[in-house]
Amino acid sequence: MSSSVQPGAASPAPFPSGPIPSCRGRAVAVVGDDIDTDRIIPARFLKCVSFEALAAGAFADDRRELQGDHPFDRPQHQGAAILLVNRNFGCGSSREHAPQALMRWGIRALIGESFSEIFFGNCLVMGIPCLTASHADALALQQAIATDPAAEVVLELEALEVRLLGSVESPGERRWSLSLAQGPHRMLVTGQWDGTSQLVAQDEALRRTASRLPYLSSFVAGSS
Amino acid sequence: MSAGTLYDKVWELHRVAELPGGATQLFIGLHLIHEVTSPQAFSALRDLGLGVRHPERTVATVDHIVPTTSQARPFADPLAEEMLATLERNCAEHGITLHGLGSGRQGIVHVIAPELGLTQPGMTVACGDSHTSTHGAFGAIAFGIGTSQVRDVLASQSLAMNKLKVRRIRVEGALQSGVAAKDLILHIIRMLGVKAGVGYAYEFAGGTIEALSMEERMTLCNMAIEGGARCGYVNPDATTFAYLQGRPQAPVGEAWARAVDWWRSLASGAEAVFDDEVVFDAALIAPTVTWGITPAQGIGVNETVPTAAQLEPDERPIAEEAYRYMDLVPGAPIAGVPVDVCFIGSCTNGRLSDLRAAAAVAKGRQVAPGIKAFVVPGSEQVAAAAEAEGLDAVFRAAGFEWREPGCSMCLAMNPDRLEGRQISASSSNRNFKGRQGSASGRTLLMSPAMVAAAAVCGHVADVRDLLPATPAASPSPASPSR
Ligand code: SF4
Repeated sequence: MSSSVQPGAASPAPFPSGPIPSCRGRAVAVVGDDIDTDRIIPARFLKCVSFEALAAGAFADDRRELQGDHPFDRPQHQGAAILLVNRNFGCGSSREHAPQALMRWGIRALIGESFSEIFFGNCLVMGIPCLTASHADALALQQAIATDPAAEVVLELEALEVRLLGSVESPGERRWSLSLAQGPHRMLVTGQWDGTSQLVAQDEALRRTASRLPYLSSFVAGSS
Repeated sequence: MSAGTLYDKVWELHRVAELPGGATQLFIGLHLIHEVTSPQAFSALRDLGLGVRHPERTVATVDHIVPTTSQARPFADPLAEEMLATLERNCAEHGITLHGLGSGRQGIVHVIAPELGLTQPGMTVACGDSHTSTHGAFGAIAFGIGTSQVRDVLASQSLAMNKLKVRRIRVEGALQSGVAAKDLILHIIRMLGVKAGVGYAYEFAGGTIEALSMEERMTLCNMAIEGGARCGYVNPDATTFAYLQGRPQAPVGEAWARAVDWWRSLASGAEAVFDDEVVFDAALIAPTVTWGITPAQGIGVNETVPTAAQLEPDERPIAEEAYRYMDLVPGAPIAGVPVDVCFIGSCTNGRLSDLRAAAAVAKGRQVAPGIKAFVVPGSEQVAAAAEAEGLDAVFRAAGFEWREPGCSMCLAMNPDRLEGRQISASSSNRNFKGRQGSASGRTLLMSPAMVAAAAVCGHVADVRDLLPATPAASPSPASPSR
């Protein structure tokens, strides 16, 4: 029996799948150290039957407080795919709802000075790379985006660098190098971060195993 | 390394592939799902553009959030209603059988799958619930999984797993009258601790285990997880086959005969090698009650709450925490501790034989004044069978409430919950802080008959004093020998 393929959820950019060699789009910066997962998604949003509606909960309390002036609400950042952060991003509760909310808002990669370990791991299993930049580079990137929010950012995962493509306002390309631990790096570029696809890929072996299970064939050994 | 055990044989048969990360891909023969851990998994599947690979090997029911008073739809709690509606939608969309409310087959997932004959020897069984170990009673290898693994099983009917070691827990001798399977497992966990099973599958074996009924074996395997073991099992035998024969999903005719032959061949043979073995003497086990905040903090009903000095140094910090939380006095007897709520039910002890044992104690007695006592059958089938033999009437006459099936106050995701500092006598499986719905609520785990005894006495009591022909025994705790 093969799996039936169904259309994916409607979304501006498809959710990550397979190898992730690069990521491209506009960027949005949420500035500050120690931004915890309670701020990324407040607890009341965890009462849900699916992660689908979590986008609205991303930074919900911060956004309400700033009344439309939070980076996630500013018109120039709508549709951004790369989130720029600072130190210890995603600390606190281990809720997988936090990266889920960011991904559903549109984020496909993060660049920051450092990430909480649990948050990093939760992102990894979703195929969302969390890359590290030096303090100076992180600030320079954020500054560049503040100056030119429409600039196209290209994150090359293989080469571990980020490029800022020139725009009409500021022509010329700039680039910064990034770092990522070897294991997660390999998993992301080879597509092995996605446990489900590894399992699904064993279609033939799954059939073979199923065919030798007596309880799937009226207990007639060897039939299929 | 273990060899020739049931675990080894079932593992080998279900192996699909070795994965790049070093884990083994294992085929899952039966996937059980419910409303709490499946919705996000179905969403994830949708996001990946994947379908359910074996909908015919996936079976759903609703148990955790269902109210046990009125089950009329929509539920009073809109979130509970949404969770059930979501499960219904997901099952309909993917062609998965859902044993819903009023179907005659609904109930706690670990009660209904055996009842329907879905759980069979030699299968791998997975469910997004840690007490999936219950199904090991049939000689299945059954374990609980997380939401992302639920997604993986839906998508591929398989899981990435690492092989466990196998510890044989051999119990010999006869249990005293009034001592139940619950006491046996509470005693084993008390003696081995809550972390001893980490990395192990537990094989329960020996004369005592062979003499247990299937429902008793389920109680035993249910709590293997509380001892840290991902799964526990009993080798299939004539008791297993007799239970299964004639169940709706059991094989029939010639297939039945072939099945029994195969099932027999799976049992750990005389030549089987185990990584470890522990032996217990059943005769030394008393009705057991927990006094603390982990299932290992248990004592015989006629013992006293241990003082810090009586405990191993590494057990003291959690004991100190338990003293503070439970407000029980170290050195004082556990018998006589007053209770507020008495709960009979759960996947550990919500089956017909459990209700019979409790009813035998309740019959002709009255729930003590001021105590709220209620019985929640594990499934609609259990409820119907109990009602057919008049157990509901026995309970009602004694002052117990008779409820609709569900998980109820085992984890209090429905309206059944402790309030404030209330203390419960509970036939469920977890006495963690806040487990029964109040952040400061307290739980004493015990057998269903012991819960009934607490209900009619108003405090923790030795059920053997309430049963006819009570053997007057008060043994010292039995230690395992290695
Ligand atoms: S009865 Fe309790 S332990 Fe069993 S499945 Fe329900 S909530 Fe889990």
